[in-house]
Amino acid sequence: MSADTTPSNQEANPPVDGKELIRFDKVTKRFGSNTVLDDLTFGVDSGKHVTLIGPSGSGKTTILRLLMTLLKPDEGTIRVNGDYLTHEERGGKLVPAGEKHIREVRKNIGMVFQQFNLFPNMKVLRNITEAPVTVLGLSKDEAESRARDLLELVGLTEHLDKYPSQLSGGQQQRVAIARALAMRPQVLLLDEVTSALDPELVAGVLDVLRDIARSTDITMLCVTHEMNFARDISDQVMMFDEGHIIETGSAEKIFGDPDHARTREFLSAVL
Amino acid sequence: MNWDWSAVTDFMPRFWDGVLVTLQATVIGSLISFTLGLVWAIAFRAPTRFVRWPVTIVTEFIRNTPLLVQLFFLFFVLPEWGIQFSALTTGIIAIGLHYSTYTAQVYRAGIDAVPVGQWEAATALSLPARRTWTAVILPQAIRRVVPALGNYVVSMLKDTPLLAGIGVLEMLQQSRLEGAATFQYTEPLTVVGIAFILIAYPASLLLRALERRLVR
Repeated sequence: MSADTTPSNQEANPPVDGKELIRFDKVTKRFGSNTVLDDLTFGVDSGKHVTLIGPSGSGKTTILRLLMTLLKPDEGTIRVNGDYLTHEERGGKLVPAGEKHIREVRKNIGMVFQQFNLFPNMKVLRNITEAPVTVLGLSKDEAESRARDLLELVGLTEHLDKYPSQLSGGQQQRVAIARALAMRPQVLLLDEVTSALDPELVAGVLDVLRDIARSTDITMLCVTHEMNFARDISDQVMMFDEGHIIETGSAEKIFGDPDHARTREFLSAVL
Repeated sequence: MNWDWSAVTDFMPRFWDGVLVTLQATVIGSLISFTLGLVWAIAFRAPTRFVRWPVTIVTEFIRNTPLLVQLFFLFFVLPEWGIQFSALTTGIIAIGLHYSTYTAQVYRAGIDAVPVGQWEAATALSLPARRTWTAVILPQAIRRVVPALGNYVVSMLKDTPLLAGIGVLEMLQQSRLEGAATFQYTEPLTVVGIAFILIAYPASLLLRALERRLVR
């Protein structure tokens, strides 16, 4: 796989499974004078599990936050399912999108955060049912039965009547995963989901994610420092450095025989 | 100077009328300030500056001018524009409005203290703005600020004598009228002073108990 980021090289990465779901086109994001993402172009196909790796500050998390519309790109466009995420086509021109349009496109995307971010004022069950009821318009019964199924999937059925503060970090993160999945997103963004956990709780969360990766056709974009986990679940690994994708390929390729010196350097430091 | 218990007894009918007015002004004033303050606090976070700026200017103006001036303005100037309320209604509105600019700052601090991750989670779930406020942010923010809001209730209680300035017959004004009628000021004024303590101190204790329950 090529080590540079020009669009043609990115598109040389052939879509194997279904159609392209996510498309970044010449996206630049700056914080002050610091360019975090530099003219970035890439696509992710439907159903793929993609892991973003690279040193901290290389722009991995920024990609997830742009997709979740927690940040806006300074330049370039992002499309999900062919729909522009932050822009609308009006009279043949691209204009910044209204809140309504953004909400509509964003419904396809779910996110799990490093700090869980469960709603502390709601019990576990309501954390999961809140958005399906108020956003998707599910009935309370429907949403609750869906929530119970998801709690079973993450192994927390007996905790549905507790407040988040009564759960361990690992349990809270599993609830957060269930909460994101309850919206039935096409894309699940995982932002260093085990970084805030005590070491003994990490395995439980990763097992749940492995399970989801195996048993669903959800597209995953994952920023993690758990390289074994990344190797297990990834169809594709992208190596970031200083706002560029310097290398992308299969997990075996990147972890086994990377082309780029920076990738080798990074992996030898973290493995 | 002699203490005359009969003067206390004679004052009682007026006194109870005054207590009622004072409590009315405090309770309704509080409700207005709690509601309006919340409106200001949410407007401080409006997505457009065409809302944020005017609200900031108006609330800063109200907060930095004396309550008595506002009271006189509402009572003497508004009628010239055809807006006329009773003295008590005017007083309650003035207290509620004045203190809403303080409670707004309290709410604002409470809202700012809600971790940014809560907003992000609400965004990630596509919750509409209204629902984000009512279901996620405000329940967490208000819980934190109840004790601080309670302190302003005590402040409002202690500011109700200002309403005497526009002729509202609250406790203090009743004691002055009693004194003017009987030439005995000591007893009515003492009764009123004690009444303020008897209302304010239990209220503070209640607030402290509430604080222990809510802020843990």
